[in-house]
Amino acid sequence: MIPLSWYMILASILFAIGVCGFLTRRNIIIMFLSIELMLNAVNLNMVALSHFLESMDGQIFTFFIITVAAAEAAIGLGIAITLYRSRQTVNVDEINQLKG
Amino acid sequence: MFTQIFFCYCAVMIIGTGLLAITMRNPVHSVLMVLVLFFHMAGLYLTLQAEFLAAVQIIVYAGAILVLYLFVLFLVSLREEVLIERYVDSAWIGRIFAGGLAVALIGILPTFILGEKGNWPLARVQEVTHTKAMGQEMYTTFILPFEIAGLILLVAVIGGLVLAKRNAADPALQTDEREIQK
Repeated sequence: MIPLSWYMILASILFAIGVCGFLTRRNIIIMFLSIELMLNAVNLNMVALSHFLESMDGQIFTFFIITVAAAEAAIGLGIAITLYRSRQTVNVDEINQLKG
Repeated sequence: MFTQIFFCYCAVMIIGTGLLAITMRNPVHSVLMVLVLFFHMAGLYLTLQAEFLAAVQIIVYAGAILVLYLFVLFLVSLREEVLIERYVDSAWIGRIFAGGLAVALIGILPTFILGEKGNWPLARVQEVTHTKAMGQEMYTTFILPFEIAGLILLVAVIGGLVLAKRNAADPALQTDEREIQK
């Protein structure tokens, strides 16, 4: 039997990896990928807690998070394509038109 | 004992592939690393007796979302992407922030207390099977969120179509045409 804390530590580390990727990479697609990592960390936490709390709510929530992640990927990557068409780049530090 | 070894293997693979995904130079390699990560995540769901979610993880995440990422990566030019610097200028601030966040999150874990138990003990889930248990909850207690999720997917379909469509009024295309005319 695996203790709950193992899952939560793993989820924390994975979430931090996602945050690190989001804050450090220049490529907007890799940034979206880091968001997926963070969502997966939360999903793991939810499923683990739902298992140890003997409740279904966390797993239902995970199901909805996967739905929203799919929608987010579709919209976000659509924006990335539009951005690439208009600026010929996917690097976030070159998209600085709004910078004062 | 076997499940603990399996958990450790999955944890090491998840952390390793996660780190590789955010550091590798070629974005396609990053996406493939995340693919490996998602498979091990599905393995962890199996250790938690969530078979349906493990299947959904592989079908939706590995099968649909990552394929979408790969398609978009092939639409943008990768040749120059692998040559230029991959991190933003102030990357070390992000790394310090992420490290601090990891330490803080793990540090507050010992103060965590489990709440009240729900009404789906493992024996009951195994009796009706996991998929049926999830379906029963979803179509009774969570029927409104379920329909809202359908609406969100509809918005995503329409939004994806509108965003990716090439229309004549696109200012970017007009500049292209002007450049061609010159």
